[in-house]
Amino acid sequence: MEPASVRKHSLLSMIARNGGHGEHSPYFDGWKAYDRNPFHPTQNPDGVIQMGLAENQLSFDLIEEWIKNNPTASICTPDGVGKFKDVAIFQDYHGLPEFRQAIAKFMGRVRRGKVTFDPDRIVMSGGATGASETLIFCLADPGDAFLVPSPYYPAFDRDLRWRTGVRLIPFACDSTNNFQVTLAQMESAYAKAIEANINVKGVILTNPSNPLGINLSKETLTSLLSFTFEKNLHMVCDEIYSATVFKSPAFTSIAEVMQETECNPDLVHIIYSLSKDMGLPGFRVGIIYSYNDQVVNCARKMSSFGLVSSQSQHLLASMLSDEVFIEKFLEENSRRLGKRHSRVVEGLKQEGINCLEGNAGLFLWMDLRHLLKEPTPDAEMELWRVIIKDVKLNVSPGSSFHCPEPGFFRVCFANMDDHTVEVALQRIREFVSRGNKNGDDKKHWRKRDLRLSFTSRKCDESLISPRQIMSPHSPVPQSPLVRART
Amino acid sequence: MRLVVPLRGIVGGRGGLILGTFVPCALFCYLHIRRLRFLATRRVSERAEPIAKAEESPYYVGLGRVSQDPFDEVANPNGIIQLGLSENRLCLDLIEEWLSENLNGAMIGHGSDKGHLGIGGITGYQPHDGVTELKEAMAGFMSQVMGGEISFDPSRIVLTAGATPAIEILCFCLADPGDAFLVPTPYYPGFDRDMTWRTGVELIPVHCHSANNFILSIAALQQAFNQARKRGQRVQGILISNPSNPVGNLLPQKTLHDILDFARKKNIHIISDEIFAGSIHGNEEFFSLAKILDAENFDKSRAHILYGLSKDLSLAGFRVGVIYSYNDDVLAAAKKLTRFSSVSAPTQRLLISLLSDTSFIGRYLETNRKRIRKMYDIFVSGLKEIGVKYVDSSGGLYCWVDMSGLMHSHNVKEELELWDKLLNVAKVNATPGSACHSIEPGWFRCCFTTLSEGNIRIAIERIRKVAEMRKSSR
Repeated sequence: MEPASVRKHSLLSMIARNGGHGEHSPYFDGWKAYDRNPFHPTQNPDGVIQMGLAENQLSFDLIEEWIKNNPTASICTPDGVGKFKDVAIFQDYHGLPEFRQAIAKFMGRVRRGKVTFDPDRIVMSGGATGASETLIFCLADPGDAFLVPSPYYPAFDRDLRWRTGVRLIPFACDSTNNFQVTLAQMESAYAKAIEANINVKGVILTNPSNPLGINLSKETLTSLLSFTFEKNLHMVCDEIYSATVFKSPAFTSIAEVMQETECNPDLVHIIYSLSKDMGLPGFRVGIIYSYNDQVVNCARKMSSFGLVSSQSQHLLASMLSDEVFIEKFLEENSRRLGKRHSRVVEGLKQEGINCLEGNAGLFLWMDLRHLLKEPTPDAEMELWRVIIKDVKLNVSPGSSFHCPEPGFFRVCFANMDDHTVEVALQRIREFVSRGNKNGDDKKHWRKRDLRLSFTSRKCDESLISPRQIMSPHSPVPQSPLVRART
Repeated sequence: MRLVVPLRGIVGGRGGLILGTFVPCALFCYLHIRRLRFLATRRVSERAEPIAKAEESPYYVGLGRVSQDPFDEVANPNGIIQLGLSENRLCLDLIEEWLSENLNGAMIGHGSDKGHLGIGGITGYQPHDGVTELKEAMAGFMSQVMGGEISFDPSRIVLTAGATPAIEILCFCLADPGDAFLVPTPYYPGFDRDMTWRTGVELIPVHCHSANNFILSIAALQQAFNQARKRGQRVQGILISNPSNPVGNLLPQKTLHDILDFARKKNIHIISDEIFAGSIHGNEEFFSLAKILDAENFDKSRAHILYGLSKDLSLAGFRVGVIYSYNDDVLAAAKKLTRFSSVSAPTQRLLISLLSDTSFIGRYLETNRKRIRKMYDIFVSGLKEIGVKYVDSSGGLYCWVDMSGLMHSHNVKEELELWDKLLNVAKVNATPGSACHSIEPGWFRCCFTTLSEGNIRIAIERIRKVAEMRKSSR
């Protein structure tokens, strides 16, 4: 707590001064290592491979082809430029009606037609980041809390808390039941919070889960929804990976469960985005879908702080309404994700490395507990530093996701081409075999100098070259990733 | 327990004491439980409740009414003519033409793109505060807008999804909940929402008067600052708009010097909203804050400029705002906050091409100024014809009109009645000065850049009818 005199004389706000952005965390060392030495198949084959970025690059060739074949959708073509004037001045925070309709239809299609969405409940925001923050502003006041199962997406700590002043209370899921969320865990976490006099406003579920890459079952969702109904809590479901499911069980949305379970619709809200399912994070399309009219009203007004560019709305309205294309895209996207997932899982298995049985998402949850010198968070960090420094893979340590069990790592696989995947697997192969050759793996790590050497943790922006790409976790712009060409 | 005393008067002795204790306690508990129940059933946060309520400001009500019944010469000639939205539709044809000639599928961008990023270059994650090429192009554009006399440093630019998040982000960086900004009146009604809703910051109006052309006086600034101090409120900065919205005047160089000096003495920030800098149609010289800081030896660490493409380039739908700050710490914090409000990548790509075509931009800016001036001249000559006064303005897309002559008495109630007559009888939506916190009743902001020449004349005619009606009813 800073002294009153600091606040009194400070030119900057507390928000600007505090560490709420989370970028002083040691986890960003991995990003920095990648940034200083990014992998490139020909120009820098020994560089660090980025496996910490959950971006879907496997299907943008399909998007590219569609754009080429549909010139009227873009205002930048002779066929489409006629719409430019109307699009350029359109700043109504309701959004283009055709855009909202297309999003509603698309969301319904992703849920295999089991639910229909009302376009009038679609509210835009600045990416999923903006959507989740805006929703929290609408639902909770400073000091209020949301329960969230861990491991969870690290940026929630920033996105949901920094400016809102809201708290997150994680409750741990563990490997004993494959990290499934259970009602018992939620009940227990809720009871503890109430005992500690914390004003719990709701629950946040990410389904499919980031970082686990698994769906919540219908039964689980039903029991959790009933619990929130009983306790009068908000149920916020982040479903931004809903179309990345590549094998069974099929995805069940909270919207579907609501139809079959007693609940209060005023308490149910969905966060959505096109960043993962369609691989379009650059378009900054975040969606809040709430069954609560007041929340829709409020969030819509707040959407002025993060409206989707009308140019993007116009293009996407067209693309998402093309049912033939969307059907093909969703199917092909799932197939490619599934294929890539299998390859990586198989490659890891050959080296004796297991992963959580996943069926969705752009990543897998890798189990390296057997490589830890002891089952502690420090040992996990030590192993992580070895992976970055020696194996040159930027994977994300479980502790960054608030996973209480050390030894798990999230590995992203959809942001690279096949060749890069093979290089990564080869490096793991060599790493494991080096470890085996040296006999006692655990002693081996202890002898190594595992500190990452940087002159300063602060990002030196003068070193950054012009073409940079940013990830939602990273504090620093990165060099272009190797694009998936398959 | 203030009920104790009166109750003792009604029921004397111990009975009164007991009742006097019991009744208030019971009442308190009852109200507390009711509040708890209410809080439990309340679905939105306390801070969201006022936001969720319908917007009552005439500024928003008027905009809403127009969208329900918009004037169209052919399809809806009895609809409401929009004079309440400062949008510029005069030069979109130029940009459309440029697009047809220059882009042809540039969204894919094969040839022009270094590194053959193709579409991957726009689908993937971008730096939250905008790609470097766009910052460079924007710096060049801002320089052209300001007459080429100042150069802007791209590394001091933070791009946001519109000017609305730009000002909110700046407030989040500069002030804590409960802190205040001094804002000269009349001011843009949207500031009340954009700067205070989620930040918890307050705006302290500093009134400007027609007697000195609505130019901010340092004495008024000093008084407002002192009053805030007495209340124990921390003033973190001054927000000026230059060219001013809604008045349309330009701040004189001396006034800017005085404001900077004041800010330095009080150690507070100065934010200059210059979003209409490219819409200056008069002959007066424009002094951007950047120009003053460039030329003089002022301390820059508390200076920030806001800009955007909604007005000068008419690209309101594309959502492009700019924070230009001379303070590295503010830049660093603002950059991090843009993760909630980034410019869409295809839009960035389009704008890099557009803004980099400096010869087109030069022609555009000149033509834009001429066309705005032309409409301004038509509008004010119409006002003159019907005997309505206005402030001579040099910038912006609107005119600050004095309709007090149409009012029976000089107060806000009358002003709002007149606004209502204009909106619902004359079918003209203008923004009443009270929505802009004007201290003098009777002023209205009328925007004229969304209309054709013919429609301006229709609007004037409708105002004339109201003027006549008001005169005859006296």
